[in-house]
Amino acid sequence: MMAGFILIAVAAFFFPGVILRTKSIASGRKGPGIFQPWKDIAVLFRKGSVFSDTTGLIFRIAPSVTLATVTVAMLLLPFAEQKAVLSFEGDFILFAYLLALGKFFTIIAALDTGSSFEGMGASREALFSMLVEPAFFILIATFAMFTGYTSFSVIFNHFFITGNDYVLIYSIIGAYLLVQIAMIENSRLPVDDPKTHLELTMIHEVMILDYSGFDKALIHMGTYLKFAIYGSLIYNLVVPAGWNVILQTGLFFAVQVLFAVVIGFTESFRARNKMNKNPKFILTLSSIALIAFMVILILTEKLA
Amino acid sequence: MFGSTAFLVIIVLTLLVFAVPEWLKYYLTLGLLVAGIALTSSWSAGILAGAGQAYELPLFTAATGTRMVLVVDRLSAFFILVVNFTVLIGFLYARGYLEPYRARMNALRFSIHYFSYLWLWISMLMVVMIRDGVAFLIVWEIMALSSFFLVIFDAEERSIMKTGISYLIQMHVGMFFILVAFLLVQHDTGRMSFDALGEYFSRRRNLPLFLLFFTGFAIKAGFIPLHTWLPEAHPAAPSHVSGVMSGVMIKMGIYGIVRVLASMQSDLLITGVIILIVSLVSGVLGVMMAIVQHDLKRLLAYHSIENIGIIGIGIGLGVIGQATGNGTLSLLGYAGGLLHVLNHSLFKSLLFFNAGSVYHSAHTRNMELTGGLMRRMPWTAILFLTGSLAICGLPPFNGFISEYLIYMGMFGSLSGATLYHSILIVGSIAALSLIGGLAIFCFTKAFGIVFLGEPRSEQACNAREAGRSMIFPQLATAALILFIGLGSPLVVRPVFDIVAQTWNLGSQPLVTGAFAANLAQISLAGGIFVVTLAALLLYRRFHLSRRVVEASPTWGCGYTAGTPKQQYTATSFAYNYNHIAKPLLQTRKEIDEIGEEEIFPRKRKFLSHSEDLFKRNLVDKPVDWVSGLLKRIAVMQTGQIRHYILYAFVFMLLVLLLAMLKII
Repeated sequence: MMAGFILIAVAAFFFPGVILRTKSIASGRKGPGIFQPWKDIAVLFRKGSVFSDTTGLIFRIAPSVTLATVTVAMLLLPFAEQKAVLSFEGDFILFAYLLALGKFFTIIAALDTGSSFEGMGASREALFSMLVEPAFFILIATFAMFTGYTSFSVIFNHFFITGNDYVLIYSIIGAYLLVQIAMIENSRLPVDDPKTHLELTMIHEVMILDYSGFDKALIHMGTYLKFAIYGSLIYNLVVPAGWNVILQTGLFFAVQVLFAVVIGFTESFRARNKMNKNPKFILTLSSIALIAFMVILILTEKLA
Repeated sequence: MFGSTAFLVIIVLTLLVFAVPEWLKYYLTLGLLVAGIALTSSWSAGILAGAGQAYELPLFTAATGTRMVLVVDRLSAFFILVVNFTVLIGFLYARGYLEPYRARMNALRFSIHYFSYLWLWISMLMVVMIRDGVAFLIVWEIMALSSFFLVIFDAEERSIMKTGISYLIQMHVGMFFILVAFLLVQHDTGRMSFDALGEYFSRRRNLPLFLLFFTGFAIKAGFIPLHTWLPEAHPAAPSHVSGVMSGVMIKMGIYGIVRVLASMQSDLLITGVIILIVSLVSGVLGVMMAIVQHDLKRLLAYHSIENIGIIGIGIGLGVIGQATGNGTLSLLGYAGGLLHVLNHSLFKSLLFFNAGSVYHSAHTRNMELTGGLMRRMPWTAILFLTGSLAICGLPPFNGFISEYLIYMGMFGSLSGATLYHSILIVGSIAALSLIGGLAIFCFTKAFGIVFLGEPRSEQACNAREAGRSMIFPQLATAALILFIGLGSPLVVRPVFDIVAQTWNLGSQPLVTGAFAANLAQISLAGGIFVVTLAALLLYRRFHLSRRVVEASPTWGCGYTAGTPKQQYTATSFAYNYNHIAKPLLQTRKEIDEIGEEEIFPRKRKFLSHSEDLFKRNLVDKPVDWVSGLLKRIAVMQTGQIRHYILYAFVFMLLVLLLAMLKII
């Protein structure tokens, strides 16, 4: 039952490090070690905190709320043939809305500082995450239609045994979309650049500008866990649930590392979108999800 | 019967409001409310707990021999409970809210206000209990009139009176449609009653009559494009009234639609598709227009349109489920829609009450003049946050449960659906998720700009927390919101029963059992979330107590002389959104550009305003056209007697001529 939860937690330990390593290698730097992000978190835990005079309760509880939503969301994800800890019809709705709850608090925490920079970031993040929502839901709808089930665990269990030979198309489209959604949800390239140094061009980084110490550590943990969560979703799409468990565990980490490497390379070799191009970019994902839906209509012979 | 006599006594006693001394008026009204609520709620509880179908309460027999009967079935019982709760909370809240008005207004105005409030409540109860057509139209009219008097309570300003009149006119347009529909039924069956609908529907085409009813009820409910009264009337009314109007009165439109649907027998698929499409449009456009509002209550009013859309999506899906023989879809769609009626009545009234508290203490509804109110009004802020999270459909609050049921109806019906059906469903899923996203955008803005950051004006700086008598009733609403969110299986089961009985779906133990299990898991997830959060916060407290915690100004990127004016405003927050949504929203900007030779720019104004496309094209333009035409005809009104004699002469000549030519 807890396998999915534990594996995600473990994957989150090396995930950000792998991205960092990939980027350093790609740019020819020596770069920090794989566990550097978690060492940074350890440092943050040891440090004290500085709070702005403007901020109040919301600013202080937001990181904890976000981390709590991510933790519960992890409980909804299955691994191999095992059901998730919380598994029921429509669990993906809870999954999406829980992450949205976390986002809600991140956004209002940014507004709590009264800084115009953070307001700007909040407004952008609110807009982009609003636009990405339909893509996720259309994608899940195609899976529900494909397998005839409405729960993560059962969908993934039946994904490869529907007897449909074209299942690979779904794996590929689904994996592609989830990679992109994960990038947007975690504010990475090409929508946002975590390494940018100018507040005006930041999205997520500027929203957490005023955090320090414990709360900042929670925010980073939440981000790393979210990466691993999406990695696990992608894994479930590409590896059949019926395979040997030991093999699966190996493959799970392989997929996570591959996902991290892809992110690292993307960030090394492409520039960020112009800010006003982002909405179009994000809406494209919904269109791709709609194409996946069309394909399923053809495959199930509803559309000749 | 005892119950109905007591009800009549309460109705008659409302007149006493005019007679008693001023200090007693509030308590008398409250007493009548409590008595009536206890009575009618006990009727509801009886029918919901028992196994019976419905029971009748003879109210009185008129001299002509017509019996006036109240009928309580499960559907009425549900609506009675929804009405009673919000009306009671609204009135408890009103005590503090009306305090500042006492000095300004005379006792008669207050009497009229209380009297109208009581009658709004009584008429809403009667609307859901009366089956006879004529009597229904009478109470429907009383509902419109009493709410009109409530809206114009604060009619010092001309604009409020104007809004009130326009509201009254639109209500009557709606009533006209319902009247025509009832007359058609009367013509065909000889009876003018909801009970005769089944007979009519079994003989005639269903769609035309349904569309008549739907148009009439949709004006009350506020479906786009018939919503134009809503964003005007809600901000104009005092906040406890807006809460009741938005929370429960517009649901009477939903009740009407549901009541008619329950008797329909054919044309179901097209009916369902029409409801679904109208609702999707209302949902998406409602929230899109809400985002660009600066007036807090107006923003909430547009959100009511969105939520009516969500309710409609559920009901539309239910009808489609019936048409395609998909019992599960019917059950989930209708149940989701009905549960959202209850949920929306809770969080929307809560939000309106809070908006009222903000108006009360900051003396403005303009969001650009507020800010930092959480520090000054912590309770109001937390209640508003609760309402915001609930209205966005986020777990573990009640909005999530109803949206979950609707989503599940859609996802569950996808496998094995026909081509047409699956395209429709996937479109609805995308739209509903977009509505969710937009709602989050809207309420992060509303909450963040009004309650967080630094105050943007003097009046916001001096705001004080609302009185206890205003806060306490709202806590009850907030508690119920959390209860439904965390203990959903207990609430959803009776709703399933109501749906099964109203539409004769039969009990579906498999589906209801499965969903009881699903909802129990959601409750469990909510419980885990709350516990995790509590543990994290406790540990955080312990952790920080052993570290150095400092205070300093917000990071301004090295700039240290920032003022509250430089904060992000409601307009700037919605700026990039506005950019994408331009074609639909038509935001108007007024700015005089700085000229080239203007070396020292003088002081200038900037104004941006978003117009309601539907109001302009469907109400304002035709009205302007008609009044323009009438103005041109008014040339004839010269005020000179000889001209009028000439008109009479010409008219007589015309009649003579026509008579001679044997035309008349």
